Amino acid sequence: MLSVIYAILFYVATAILVVGVGMKIRKYARTPAPLKIPTTPAPTTAWGVVLRMFREVVFFESLFKSNKWIWLFGWVFHMSMWLVLIRHIRYFIIEIPGWLSFMQPFGIYASFGMALGLIGLWGRRFLVERIRYISNPSDHLMLALLLTIVISGMLMRFVARPDILSVKAFFLGLLRLRIETLPADPILLVHLTAVATLMIVFPISKLLHAPGVFFSPTRNQIDNPREKRHLAPWAAKLEG
Amino acid sequence: MADGDDLRKMEHPLDIPCLRPGAMEGLEPFIAAPEHQAKLGFPGELVPNWKEKALEKMAELAEKNRAFQVYLDACVKCGACTDKCHYFLGTGDPKNMPVARQDLLRSVYRRYFTFAGKYFPKLVGARELTEEVLHEWYSYYHQCSECRRCSVFCPYGIDTAEITMAAREILDHVGIGQKYSNEIIGKVKDVGNNLGLNPKALRATLEDLEEEIEDDTGISVRLPLDEKGADILLVTPSADFFAEPHIDGLIGYAKVFHETGASWTLSSYASEAANFGLFIGSYENMREISLRIRKAAEDLGVKRIIFGECGHAWRVAYSFLNTLAGPFDFLDQNYPIPQHILEYTWDAIQKGKLKFDKSQNDHIRLTFHDSCNVARASRMGDMPGGQFEIPRNVIRAVCNHFYDMPDETIREATLCCGGGGGLLTDDLMDLRKKGASPRMTALQQVTEEHGVTHMAAICAICKTQFSKVMPVFGYEMDSIVSVHQLVSNAIILTGQETGEDGNEDEDGGA
Repeated sequence: MLSVIYAILFYVATAILVVGVGMKIRKYARTPAPLKIPTTPAPTTAWGVVLRMFREVVFFESLFKSNKWIWLFGWVFHMSMWLVLIRHIRYFIIEIPGWLSFMQPFGIYASFGMALGLIGLWGRRFLVERIRYISNPSDHLMLALLLTIVISGMLMRFVARPDILSVKAFFLGLLRLRIETLPADPILLVHLTAVATLMIVFPISKLLHAPGVFFSPTRNQIDNPREKRHLAPWAAKLEG
Repeated sequence: MADGDDLRKMEHPLDIPCLRPGAMEGLEPFIAAPEHQAKLGFPGELVPNWKEKALEKMAELAEKNRAFQVYLDACVKCGACTDKCHYFLGTGDPKNMPVARQDLLRSVYRRYFTFAGKYFPKLVGARELTEEVLHEWYSYYHQCSECRRCSVFCPYGIDTAEITMAAREILDHVGIGQKYSNEIIGKVKDVGNNLGLNPKALRATLEDLEEEIEDDTGISVRLPLDEKGADILLVTPSADFFAEPHIDGLIGYAKVFHETGASWTLSSYASEAANFGLFIGSYENMREISLRIRKAAEDLGVKRIIFGECGHAWRVAYSFLNTLAGPFDFLDQNYPIPQHILEYTWDAIQKGKLKFDKSQNDHIRLTFHDSCNVARASRMGDMPGGQFEIPRNVIRAVCNHFYDMPDETIREATLCCGGGGGLLTDDLMDLRKKGASPRMTALQQVTEEHGVTHMAAICAICKTQFSKVMPVFGYEMDSIVSVHQLVSNAIILTGQETGEDGNEDEDGGA
């Protein structure tokens, strides 16, 4: 019964995540940017924009310019999250390739980075007057949710290990539309419930910053308005 | 409301204040009268179905403008922008923090257009649109100069100016317009410039200037108006025709054109570079004003268009003119379309076409204020950042004593003058003084360190704003100068008697 509930939960969560984010991305992609508004100095070539975007999403360049503490906590959290996510690939494939085994220790200890980053960011929501002012309940809940995921994950790795092979079998089964038995380990269930919740709220929350940044006209536009005429379809109709 | 006499003493230009909730609450610039609204195609007063209309407009903007759509979704409330707005630094009002300013509109957007906001409004800070909210918008979206400093520092590039423009556009569509901006746009449509200066008066002004230059230099320098067949159409902010120090800049352009032997003209039909359509976020109005420039260029049969010193005008010209009024197939494609007067002057300097006596500016110890729209929304020259280098190059070519203000207050991080974005009106003087505080504090630092006496700017709004607020901070009102005023001081016109200084090395030592 438990396995069935969680199987349904993850199918639904995945569907909402993929369809929801997909629809949002389609919306962003289809909405025209009527004017050239890159924040200058901006790159004058497409490659330059790719580089700018790369620096933005890999190094958080603008955030670094802005505030070193937010940058430190935010960057450590996000980069650690990638390492942890990569490590989790092992639960969805049968044969573990060499590079994934190599990543394993990094992925494990990166969890501390995630926790540290989240605690730092959350601390600022209480300690810095300006950030306290702009925080909504949902901002706190999001951090609570992420921290729940991280801490429950760390507990399973460092304190009370569940039957991880069964967990893997369960997820491999889901990929093949079969429902295997999920161990009824309370920490595991907390972890999985929180992850599914995160997937479900992704397309209706501020987590949309992840796809959003790629569609930000101030960051993704080429600075060439004099050389190349830019015209939105609805604006072209004005010229009629 | 205090008239700026409760100015905060700042330790340094970016000194973060403690929050003072409500400090600027209720500050509203004068509301546009029905006749001002009508000329722009907006209802004259608050329409009965304002709520429906406002939400309709909001939905339309989300459909038509990707920035609006993405920026309303993407903010994570990280706080990176919270200390970046000069109005927040100057007032301490938390609603002047960029994210909080955006949230005034985002909260309404969420309530009506997002799942979370519809079903869990409290959780995500969503709220109903009420008449009070409309007035809160009117107040705080007229405490933003659309300077984009926050957008530099946002990890997603969220540009509060886009939200401010959208909010003003929505307000205009329900009948709440700002008198200052909308009245001026009406004048441009009626007469051709923000001042309502008619062709006759303009011609008289230009003739006076020609006389003044001849008296000063003994050389006849022309300021042509409506001359068909000229090569270059100069479009400059109308403040250049009458205000100080703007007018000295105009004299500078004329001298540069004279020395380079250019055939140029001003247009009475397009006697305005400024385009307040930008400030109110109205594509249609911005386009209509831009099309006047195209028409003037076509009617006069010019080959090139050059813009004078004006910040937001250069944004509209550089970034939008091709979009709004292009394509400019009929102009000479060998030159940038449009070109900035500083690009033109710097090019002439590099080619050795201009001679200077830099010592003519020795009474000035100078710093340079990067105007926000030039710095963060445009470019000069071929390289990114040319908008910072070219003005400084020209200044160094004509001026011996130049010192930059602290790095975190110039170039892309430049602080707004406090009067941009449609706020250059007396009914917002308190806000303008407070908003200028960070810039003025940066200026005071270079005054202490290097004895700086003057600040140059390349924006009509900056110049007017500073000449008003600098006295509050202990400077003479003529401490603000045009860059081309410095060029004008130093330039030696061919045939000009230079008196006893004539034999001095005109490069001055660089």
